[in-house]
Amino acid sequence: MKIIRILSTLDRRIIFLLVGLGILIPLLKPLGIPENITPPVRDVYQFIDTLPPGSAILLSVDYDASVLPEVHPMFLSILRHAMLRKVKVIGIALNPAGVGLGVQAFDRISKEFGKKYGEDYVYLGFKPNMAATMLGLGEEIHKVFPTDYYGIPLDSLPMMKEIHSYRDIALVISFSGANIPALWVSYAYSRYGQKVAAGVTAVMAADYYPFLQTGQFIGMLGGMKGAAEYEDLVNRLLQKKGYRKPMPFAIKGMDSITVVHLLIILFIILGNLGYFLQKKEVK
Amino acid sequence: MLQRKIPLFIVFLMGFLMTVQFYIPHPVSQTLYKYVLDWMNGVASMAIVLAVGSLIMHHWRRLKKPEFALYSAVTLVSLFFMAILGFFFGIREGSLFQKMFENVQIPLQATMFSLLAFYMASAAYRAFRARNLEATLLLLSAFILMIGIIPLGYYIHPRISDFALWILNVPNLAAKRGIMIGVGLGMMATSLKIILGIERNWLGG
Repeated sequence: MKIIRILSTLDRRIIFLLVGLGILIPLLKPLGIPENITPPVRDVYQFIDTLPPGSAILLSVDYDASVLPEVHPMFLSILRHAMLRKVKVIGIALNPAGVGLGVQAFDRISKEFGKKYGEDYVYLGFKPNMAATMLGLGEEIHKVFPTDYYGIPLDSLPMMKEIHSYRDIALVISFSGANIPALWVSYAYSRYGQKVAAGVTAVMAADYYPFLQTGQFIGMLGGMKGAAEYEDLVNRLLQKKGYRKPMPFAIKGMDSITVVHLLIILFIILGNLGYFLQKKEVK
Repeated sequence: MLQRKIPLFIVFLMGFLMTVQFYIPHPVSQTLYKYVLDWMNGVASMAIVLAVGSLIMHHWRRLKKPEFALYSAVTLVSLFFMAILGFFFGIREGSLFQKMFENVQIPLQATMFSLLAFYMASAAYRAFRARNLEATLLLLSAFILMIGIIPLGYYIHPRISDFALWILNVPNLAAKRGIMIGVGLGMMATSLKIILGIERNWLGG
């Protein structure tokens, strides 16, 4: 009884320390728990995997660095998958604080696969007013973005000569820690019938299940778990094709999350034991 | 008088026209739609100029107040410093602008958000109590989701993972859909009130 009472009144600094260790130790020594692939992630993977080479997808950087650990690995894995499958990629950013993340990701992954800017991928950067941008892309991309992020006229980029609107884009994937993927449904899917998928934080994932059920999203990557599942699928493909496996950021992160989830469950049990013990004593 | 009547008339006219054009796929309405999209881009770009101007004015005024001066000085210096780096030294990967973003902004933002994990664990320990039926149901759902969402849950028993997905796909979806329909109807009602000039708070004052 005394032990339970002590454990149910732990100082918050001890909790902070345990959580810190719970995050740190699995990062240094991964547990290697295999990922089980859930249907929403498999759907996105299969859609990109079955696209004919030369098709185009649009990746929208709608997140910033605050959700980087969860969302950035999704972006990297999908970009890797698309480039591996010779799918052309257009990058845009609807979150001004995330523009640099797109630059970093495109630069890194294009080097891995020796892809050429303007022929295999383009990065258009930020545009204010999300609704107008999403609607404008359905009419004429060259009008919404006359130049790319680096100031190069879009008409001079070989890849963009054949891409003018959603009609030329097989899929839009919005990466976000907020409600921007829902706006893609409202403006790109509802108005133009554009296929949309989302990569979102775990906190936001619950909000998007209605869109999955109706088919307004073809699939979804939710939180670090979704990122780890996609990373696992892409790493298997890379291995099969003879490429070197990249550092599995999300899979390692998922090990930390597993430990922290177990810790939180333990804390809740301890807190409740103390609560019921106290209640019994009062009676 | 005209300061209020002209904006109200513009809102009524554009609200009416855009609603009508959505349902009429005639070339005239399509041309109007494209025109409006161009205007929206222009207005949005102007809004950015206005926002930056407003930010500078606000912090310039706060520089005179000793309790806020330091924070405002940091904001203004950062704003101008990054703008100068971007304008004069480029924004490509490897540029000083991008290096500042990767080595200052990313760690700062990621650290701030990461602190949540510690506070959430502490808050769950202190406040997540099975005090009544509703709290107990919430607690049980959280338990199942927390175990079901991690890979370990699936390997303990595949049904745990399935049950977690069921919670997300059925009760969660039902609640979310109800909320979304409510929000949608509310948005329609508010939009109508604005278009018809009944709701005028957006005019200020």
